[in-house]
Amino acid sequence: MLKRTSAIQSFLKCSSNLTPQYTAEKYALKRGDYGALTQDDQNHLISLVNGKGIVGEKELEGYNVDWMRIVRGKSELLLKPETTQQVSSILKFCHSKNIAVVPQGGNTGLVGGSVPVFDEVILNTSLMNKVEKIDPVSGVVVAQAGCILDQLNSELAEHKLMMPLDLGAKGSCQLGGNISTNAGGLRLLRYGSLRGNVLGMEAVLADGTIVDCMQTLRKDNTGYDIKQHFIGSEGTLGIITKASVLCAALPSSVNLAFLSVNAFADVRRLFSRARDDLGEILSAFEFIDNSCLVCLEENLKLTPPVDQSPFAVVIETHGSNSTHDFEKLEAFLESVMNDGTVIDGCVAEDSQKATNWWQLRERMAESLMHDGYVYKYDVSVPLDKFYELVTVMRERLGEKVLRCVGYGHVGDSNLHINITTPAYSKEVDQLIEPFIFEWVSQVNGSISAEHGIGFKKTQFLHLSKSAEAIAQMRLLKNAMDPKNILNPYKVLPLL
Amino acid sequence: MVRVAVGVKRVIDYAVKIRVKPDGSGVVKDSVKHSMNPFCEIAVEEAVRLKEKKIAKEIVAFTIGPKQSAETLRTALAMGCDRGVHVNVDQAQLDALTPLQISKMAAKIAETEAADLLLMGKLAIDGDYGQTAAMTAAILDWPQATNLYSLQHNGDSATVEREIDGGLETNEIKTPAVLSVDLRINQPRYATLPNIMKAKKKKVKAVKPADLGVDVAPTLNVIKVAEPPVRAAGEIVEDVDTLISKLKDAGRI
Repeated sequence: MLKRTSAIQSFLKCSSNLTPQYTAEKYALKRGDYGALTQDDQNHLISLVNGKGIVGEKELEGYNVDWMRIVRGKSELLLKPETTQQVSSILKFCHSKNIAVVPQGGNTGLVGGSVPVFDEVILNTSLMNKVEKIDPVSGVVVAQAGCILDQLNSELAEHKLMMPLDLGAKGSCQLGGNISTNAGGLRLLRYGSLRGNVLGMEAVLADGTIVDCMQTLRKDNTGYDIKQHFIGSEGTLGIITKASVLCAALPSSVNLAFLSVNAFADVRRLFSRARDDLGEILSAFEFIDNSCLVCLEENLKLTPPVDQSPFAVVIETHGSNSTHDFEKLEAFLESVMNDGTVIDGCVAEDSQKATNWWQLRERMAESLMHDGYVYKYDVSVPLDKFYELVTVMRERLGEKVLRCVGYGHVGDSNLHINITTPAYSKEVDQLIEPFIFEWVSQVNGSISAEHGIGFKKTQFLHLSKSAEAIAQMRLLKNAMDPKNILNPYKVLPLL
Repeated sequence: MVRVAVGVKRVIDYAVKIRVKPDGSGVVKDSVKHSMNPFCEIAVEEAVRLKEKKIAKEIVAFTIGPKQSAETLRTALAMGCDRGVHVNVDQAQLDALTPLQISKMAAKIAETEAADLLLMGKLAIDGDYGQTAAMTAAILDWPQATNLYSLQHNGDSATVEREIDGGLETNEIKTPAVLSVDLRINQPRYATLPNIMKAKKKKVKAVKPADLGVDVAPTLNVIKVAEPPVRAAGEIVEDVDTLISKLKDAGRI
């Protein structure tokens, strides 16, 4: 508890002075041809949610601005429906009046996809937080879209289950948002992506139609898999109101090792060895580079359990037999120490240590925010070129930036490369983009591994998807939301 | 230089949510994460620091428990203890052992290992008894200092600060002595890989309770274990008058 509070306090301290520029002004955008929200419209919408709404741009600053504080909208109305029916009524009305809507969960997205750009109405799912059913035998949970990941885990733990995904934002992020962005996270390596773990869903289309594809059984090959449209489309094809998720068994044996490594080639080798030797018990494989360790110490006073080294790797195992798992882990660690892949390391004996060491990885995003402005990138790069991007960017940016760090889900070939400056600098921004995306595109990587496109990356979509693929996306969007009222200005490039 | 014996116990990990068995006979331990009692870890750290200060020449870690307790002993060795003693009892026996029986074993180990100082944690987080250190001192007829905040070894005596309700109490005690440590005396080190590897080669002696002359037949019968009653929900009242009448009804005023 104490740690979480101090994290919030430290974050507020560094970011409270930064009120970002309006997105529309910063990027010189033109508002879409949407209806304007009249006073009558506002009153009607609020009545649809029994008064559970917030009015006024000033009151809505927390909802108009994203977590990273890089985008800012001008919405005057936020609605908090509690049922699918209410969501449907809201959308039906907005559709009839051509009013744009932004679906919003925990507002923890990192690409500016969860807040308005202009005066879109915010449909916030926070009050749709009921866990409807947990089946301890099949391991399936049915929950409303507003359930917070951490809370889901608490309830599931009673049945010895856990959500198949885990990410740093777990204290605030909501199920609907996780699914609509196909969130990845720390355990994708072991438990797979939401595309496989979401078994069924209930969603509402732009015109208010409720689409019921709810199913709690594992196998259901009956026709086209409609729910896949809503997974990862970031609220642009429909609003998810409820979902059933296949959970993982809560492991009784969890081990964490924090290892020091000299060179990135060793990180790669360590990963192959971990996959071979730890096999089915490997549940996470993350790396942070030395500049991350420096940042954590400077900004959050967090220090690693071993001396600083060029690279640090966090390896976690999940299993059902602690003796078996520990034996495997020990044998693995002994062998990688003896052959020099690893120069030093520690194993967390108890859960408190494990939690503390995970912070060195999980609080990276927060730690960087203290520098001022963060240019955040999340890319997939083949492992043989993985760290090269960091060295290339460092050279390119030189003294113009405070820091250029690399960390992330190396086990999934997913690099989080972040650059910081004390305040937003257009010069630095232009030095980074589009160069970084073009570099990634040239190595056949992905310009957005897990964070999605949101608002920030629409104009780079073509660097990771062919023109034909994007054309198919537009076809789908036009079919499902011809008026383009759902989360406009996001995902697909503006025409 | 002295020889230090330090006791360590394997307990349910402090972050685990404890569940009572449906039959009320105890708490669920199967497939639940266990680790070294946090106070034992602090005791081991204090012992290792004595060695680093060249006050101790050897540290013997000992534990009483089932075969899984060997892992706990190995952690103590990885933190810097030189060798170990493992008194084998199965989990059921361990659960039934009282502090008195443990103390008798600890006292015997201190004797056989020729220890000059016996260190322990002030309590184990499962039983919460906090009796073992004091009982062991009585059996050995050694001086004792419990709940230590600081320890300064002076040859044939030690100056200690103890955490007590009113603050800190400074004592000087003759050695050999039994000492138990409290939370703030130190911050335990992490066992690093090279040390974990070295620990595998350190000697661990296997011992039976009978070898120590202690009978582990249960002397305490646990009749029932239950969770504390669920806290009743509070009630919000409209005004002060209602509050007063409700308090009167409940017999509170």
